[in-house]
Amino acid sequence: MKLLRQMGIVLGICLLGGFLQRVLKLPIPGNVLGMLILLGGLCSGLIKLEMIAEVSDFLLDHLAFFFIPAGVGIIACLGLLRGKWLAVLGVCFITTVLIMAVTGHAIQWMQRSRKR
Amino acid sequence: MKNFLDTPLFGILLSIAAFEVGISINKKTKLAVCNAFLISILLIIGCLTWFHISLQSFNIGGDMISFLLGPATVILAVPIYKQIALLKANLLPVFVGITTGCVTAITSIIGLSKLFKLQGTICASLVPKSVTTPIGIEVSKEIGGIPAITVAAIIITGVVGAVFAPIVCKVFHIKNKVAVGIAIGASSHAIGTTKALDLGETEGAMSGLTIGIAGLITVFLAPILTKWLG
Repeated sequence: MKLLRQMGIVLGICLLGGFLQRVLKLPIPGNVLGMLILLGGLCSGLIKLEMIAEVSDFLLDHLAFFFIPAGVGIIACLGLLRGKWLAVLGVCFITTVLIMAVTGHAIQWMQRSRKR
Repeated sequence: MKNFLDTPLFGILLSIAAFEVGISINKKTKLAVCNAFLISILLIIGCLTWFHISLQSFNIGGDMISFLLGPATVILAVPIYKQIALLKANLLPVFVGITTGCVTAITSIIGLSKLFKLQGTICASLVPKSVTTPIGIEVSKEIGGIPAITVAAIIITGVVGAVFAPIVCKVFHIKNKVAVGIAIGASSHAIGTTKALDLGETEGAMSGLTIGIAGLITVFLAPILTKWLG
């Protein structure tokens, strides 16, 4: 019953997130709203980590597995991507290096100016 | 004849088998390029095309796996909560750094997509490519992208980040441990974090903490920035 109850809590939060998103017409996805609700619950002590520990470990340990079907869906987009692969790879490569360099420098600059 | 595959069991079992193979190849080679997820996707696509099985047949089971993406997104609150002391101790660098990273990500992706003449849907699919997959999928849907392209871009980005992080940090003189961790987490999410963990404990912890927060900030910024720049 333990795992079922833990899953119940997490699914309940998903439902609540989706519900709030629809009712309040927020531009934030329901599941992300659910993530904020869970974070708030944990920080306030309303939800204890033990109450969801096993389900949390299961979901986080197998995270990559859950988006396999989403990834396989790429075969439906091959036509759209024809001749665009090099450009897509280029965007991925250049921006990743750029984001890393800019973020790192922003933090170093901030840490240095705070010390002064 | 093929009707026997039209059961959820087919998609689920094929996914588990492919993932199992992917993980064992990744463990044996210990190379970031041999990403377990990437291998499983290629194996499944190969299998479907080789045996002329439709994506619909696969998705009967696939949709059941995708259903768990919802709870998996919600549960991302747990790693943030576990690192909450670290977050409080580094509040300013974390928020300013990650926000800078997210703004750089979104603007540079839109700019480069225009330069490379990638049309709107592909561009929108690439915008959330630096955040963790479950959140990236949600953002992609929100701004009119195609989640499948987003997932592929996210994995490629993660592998690039994991492979090139040490070189980039060296070339651009990023030495501060907190800066290195956040820079890796903000640019290449969980896959990059595996590299950050190799670099050191502080780097790994900061990178791990960054994953969820970068996702959250992107959720807020992506729709606004794509509207302005799109």
